[in-house]
Amino acid sequence: MGAGGAGVNRFGDAIRYLNDPFNWTKRDGILDLLVEHLRISALAVLAALVVAVPVGMLLGHTGRGGGFTVALSNVSRAVPTLALLTVFAVTPIGFGPTATTIALAVFAVPPMLTNTYVGFRGVDRDVVEAARAMGFSERQVATRVELPLAMPLLMTGVRTAAVQVVATATLAALVAGGGLGRIITLGFRQQDYGAVVAGAILVAALAVLTELLLVAVSWALTPGEKRLPFLTARRNSPVPEPTAAGVPL
Amino acid sequence: MLNAVDGAVLAVDAAPNPWFDLSYVIDNRESILRLLGEHVRLTVAAVVLGALIALPLAVLARRSRWLAGPVLVTSTLIYTIPSLAMFAFVAPVTGLTTTTVLIGLVLYSLVILVRNFLAGLQAVPDDVREAARGMGYGPTRLFWQVDLPLSLPAFIAGIRVATVSTVALVTVGVIVGHGGLGQLITGGFAANFYRAQIVTGALGCVLLALLADLLLAGAERLLTPWARGVRA
Repeated sequence: MGAGGAGVNRFGDAIRYLNDPFNWTKRDGILDLLVEHLRISALAVLAALVVAVPVGMLLGHTGRGGGFTVALSNVSRAVPTLALLTVFAVTPIGFGPTATTIALAVFAVPPMLTNTYVGFRGVDRDVVEAARAMGFSERQVATRVELPLAMPLLMTGVRTAAVQVVATATLAALVAGGGLGRIITLGFRQQDYGAVVAGAILVAALAVLTELLLVAVSWALTPGEKRLPFLTARRNSPVPEPTAAGVPL
Repeated sequence: MLNAVDGAVLAVDAAPNPWFDLSYVIDNRESILRLLGEHVRLTVAAVVLGALIALPLAVLARRSRWLAGPVLVTSTLIYTIPSLAMFAFVAPVTGLTTTTVLIGLVLYSLVILVRNFLAGLQAVPDDVREAARGMGYGPTRLFWQVDLPLSLPAFIAGIRVATVSTVALVTVGVIVGHGGLGQLITGGFAANFYRAQIVTGALGCVLLALLADLLLAGAERLLTPWARGVRA
C-alpha cells in the first residue's frame, strides 16, 4: 500500500514538473534537451541510411552476403548500446554528441541493412527476369523494379532503426551525454523521483510519437497494398522475420 | 615527465590507459564474478518469468481474434518504451533494487516471447489439429502433444532472441545500481575513463550473450531431433 501510494505521489510530482513552464524553457531544460535529442537522432539515422541502404541494395541485388547480414544483425543484438556509447566516448573522439551519434548510427545500420537485403531478395524472380527481358539494365532493375517492390520492408527497417535510435539516445545520459535521458539521470542523482518519472514520460511519449509518425510516413510512401504494420507484422510467419525488428537497445 | 612538446597533453592521455589489461581482470576477479553472477541471475529470471507469463497469453490470444489484436498492440507499445524510461517508471515504486531491473526486463522479454509464441502457435497447420481432434485428442493433450512440439522451433527462436537482448538490456540497470556487468562499463567511465574496465564489461556482455545463444541452439537441436535431417 505504502509503495503504491508513493508511486501515485511520484506521478503527481511528475505532472507538476511537466506543468512548470520554467522546466521547459530554462537553459538545458526540456526544450533544449529535446532539440539536442532530436538532432543527434536525426543525424544518426541519416548517417546509417546513407551507409546501409546502398550496401543492402547491392547485396540484395547480387544475392551475395546473406550470411553476413544475418550474422551482423544477430551479433549487433548482443552488443549492449551502453557499451558502444561508452567505448566511443573513450576513444580520441571524446565524449560528447559526436561519439553518441556515431554509436547510435552503428546500431541503426543492422535493421536497415537486413530489411533492405531481405526486401530485395523477396522480389519475385520472374518479375526481375521479365524486366531484364524488356531490356532493363542492372541498375534499372535495381532502382525501378526491385526498389519499389522492396519498399515496404525497407521502410520497416528505417522505422525500426529510427525508433530504436530515438529510444536509445536516452542512454547517452548514463555516460554524460545529452538528450532527454538527462532528466532521468539527474533526477536519480538528486533523489527527485518526480523528475525521474517526468523524464520517463517524455522519453516514452517521444518514442511512441516517433513510431506513430513513421508508421504514417511509410504508409504514405509505400506503393501497393496498405496495411497497418503492428497488426499484421508477424501474423502468418511461422518463424519471425530475420529483421531484428526493433530491439529497444 | 615535464616535456616541452607534450606540455598541452591532458592528464587523461598521459596516464597509461590500455584497452585491455589482464592484470586488471585478475586483480578484480571477485567483483567481476559477483557482477557476472548478478547479470546471469537477472537474465535467467527475466526470461523464465517472461516465458511463464507469455505462454498462457499466447494461447489465449490464438483462441480469440479479439484478444490477438490488443495483445500485439500492447506489446508493440511496451516495446517502444525506452528501457531507461521503463526502469524510471518502476524505480519510484520498488526503489533501487534488483526487483526494479527484473520487472523491466520481464516486461521486455515477455513482449518478445508473446509475439514469437503466438506466431509459432498460429503456424500449426489446422488440418493437423483437426486430425488430432478426430483421433480423440482432448484440448490438453492436443496442446502438449501436437501444438507444443510443432511450434517448439519458433518458441526456442523467441527465447534465443529474448535471452540475447536481455543480456544486453541488463546493463541499463546501472541507473539503479544493479546493471550486472554494466556496472563495470559506467564504473570505468566514472573512474577517469579507465578503458580496461569498460572493455572488460562490454566484452563480458557480448561473450555472455553469444554463449547463452549457443547453449540454447544446442538445446534446440536436442529437443527437436526430427528437424535435424531436414536442415542438414
